[in-house]
Amino acid sequence: MGPVPSGYASGADVAALLVLLTEFAMLRAPQLRSQVRLYAFQSLVVVVLTALTGAVRGHPDLYVLAALSLLLKVVIVPALMLRLLREVDVGQLHRPPVGGGGSMVLVAIAVSVFGFFVLRSLGFRSKALPTATLSVALAVVLVAFVLVVLRSDVVSQAVGFFSVENGVSIVSMAIAAGLPVVAEVSFLFDLLVAVVVFGLIMRAHHARAGTLSTEALDRLRG
Amino acid sequence: MHEVLIALFVVPLAAAVLSYIAPAKAAPPVSAVAGTASFGLCLALVPAASAGAQHALGAFLRLDALSEVFLLATTFLYATTAVFASGYLHISHLAAGRRYGQLFWGGFNLFCAAMVAAPLMNGLAALWVAVEVTTVVSALLVVIDGTDEATEASWKYVLIASLGLSLALFATVVVYYAGSSFFAGSYNLSYANLLSGAAHFSPGAVRLAFVLAVLGYGTKMGLFPVHTWLPDAHSEAPSPVSALLSGALLAISFYAILRYFQVTEKTVGPAFPRAVMAGFGVASLLLAALYLLSQRDMKRLFAYSSVEHMGIIAIGTSFGAPVAIFGALLHVLAHGAAKGTAFFGAGSVARKFGTKDMGVVRGGALLLPWSGTMLVAVVLALSAFPPFGIFRSEFLVVEGGLSSGRDALAAVLVVLVTVAFFGLSWFTTKTMLSAPAASGERAGADEVPAPGEVSIWIVVAMVAGLAALVLLGVHLPSDLTRLLRDAAGQILPGGAK
Repeated sequence: MGPVPSGYASGADVAALLVLLTEFAMLRAPQLRSQVRLYAFQSLVVVVLTALTGAVRGHPDLYVLAALSLLLKVVIVPALMLRLLREVDVGQLHRPPVGGGGSMVLVAIAVSVFGFFVLRSLGFRSKALPTATLSVALAVVLVAFVLVVLRSDVVSQAVGFFSVENGVSIVSMAIAAGLPVVAEVSFLFDLLVAVVVFGLIMRAHHARAGTLSTEALDRLRG
Repeated sequence: MHEVLIALFVVPLAAAVLSYIAPAKAAPPVSAVAGTASFGLCLALVPAASAGAQHALGAFLRLDALSEVFLLATTFLYATTAVFASGYLHISHLAAGRRYGQLFWGGFNLFCAAMVAAPLMNGLAALWVAVEVTTVVSALLVVIDGTDEATEASWKYVLIASLGLSLALFATVVVYYAGSSFFAGSYNLSYANLLSGAAHFSPGAVRLAFVLAVLGYGTKMGLFPVHTWLPDAHSEAPSPVSALLSGALLAISFYAILRYFQVTEKTVGPAFPRAVMAGFGVASLLLAALYLLSQRDMKRLFAYSSVEHMGIIAIGTSFGAPVAIFGALLHVLAHGAAKGTAFFGAGSVARKFGTKDMGVVRGGALLLPWSGTMLVAVVLALSAFPPFGIFRSEFLVVEGGLSSGRDALAAVLVVLVTVAFFGLSWFTTKTMLSAPAASGERAGADEVPAPGEVSIWIVVAMVAGLAALVLLGVHLPSDLTRLLRDAAGQILPGGAK
């Protein structure tokens, strides 16, 4: 793969930053519904980046991936999640997350910075690749982990997991655009299966506990 | 040999479909036959695997000595667990109706199919897909009984394991990047590509990929500190699922780590991956040994014992001496047979007494003359008593540690294994070898059940497991010795081509 046009590099950076900002917005989102919508938007940015990468790097098969991602991550997954939210009584989930929203964002900023330093120290330097994109994508993954850890309801945790996958998608666009599209598509297929299983277990949880909060999940210890 | 390889891939898949659509009564025998057939096919592949890498279906499937070791462990458990489950499910199965049986047996075979597929996949990307499939299918099997505890356990399991696997996906992408400048353009992550090119990969990227892979697949393998879902899922799942999760799935996750280990060793030398394995291994062993001292739930006890044994395997790999790696791979086989059998016994106790609380169950070996006695034997096997296979494998691991000058680590291993032995044997022998509680003596306990086995199939499965353990301990067949030696050779520097 040849040198990357500078326009593409900055486009990739902008996309990665947008995804990271969406991730921060998810941390703060008071409503589960808006969190799912933010996820859909985030996925849309990833889809655009995928198509852009396909065009610039000359991997036309990435268009297939972009189309499938659009269908799955922007339409089907959010629709499934929103349907789940419509069907169950969301109840009192709007309490602030552990430690309050502000400190959550501080923690998220700290882990993002940590990610930048880790990548610098590993010496990921290549003229052909936008390494800034990689740092931002790593930050997306780390902040998504913060989301999963600090929000105490099954929907936020599931959305956190799905957005980790978005972060990894950006990483793969940034540094592994040549990864066979068969592999990428099977990753996507696995995501779909995971979404269905997450949904089933969330329903089972709601049926048993009568809530989407994970606070009732404290039987198994030690 | 290609036909055998393809058959091994297809048989469990076919069994999954068949057991879902077949009448309820046909599903258990179909699964048992499919499991036994898979094990037979796997045995037939042992000589070919020693001879070198075999490919089938264009290079989609691939078999070598290393993957064959893990296939042996998995298919053995597939066969014995199918037999065990036929006896175990008998009662609740009929009460819960046809739907339960369909879901259980369909899921059971699909879970096994994914676990058989993982070592057969040619490349790190396909391997990841197979492991992710094992996660989602087994999470559904954990929740199938629908109790509060099972729901909690399966949520923790699917969330934590999926997050772990997303790190493993990250690792896959980074490995691809590490090789992209060497291969100059698009390539696939097949083992042939990776092993031939690894020496020229970018070292920083490979280091990052290895750490991510150990964290990611280590989540599924139950390494500290990412083991937290394991005791919950393994204890709350139906016992046949617990046996597969502990005996086979942990090993498959270790297999994935070993594939990264091979690449990393070629790129940055053996010191770095060995240090990482040693760190995670000691931490896991320490945590498990301490937690084993305070468990009341029998299946939870065995779950922590799995964390302990994964720690031993990780440490064995980190020693780097051929004999230690041979021991670690033998440990994979022996632990699979032992842990499967232990969960069969725990399932038998749970069915008999209606609880797995070791503070309540008394007189297990008297009331369950066969499965209770064998449960005590397998606990001794798990504590590395001769003449069982784990004695031999742990002995080899320690020997390897001493011979490679890692005396301190070998000593720590021996001490912690001894602590684990106390925890494991104290509670189980108290439960199994005590006198039965007199009727009405204890509030909360049900009527003391009459002596007798729950099902003959449970006994059959346990006999098979113990027989395998004795075979591994007393006399390793020469084909198996050659296979393990070849597999260990692949993990040593300059081994795999």
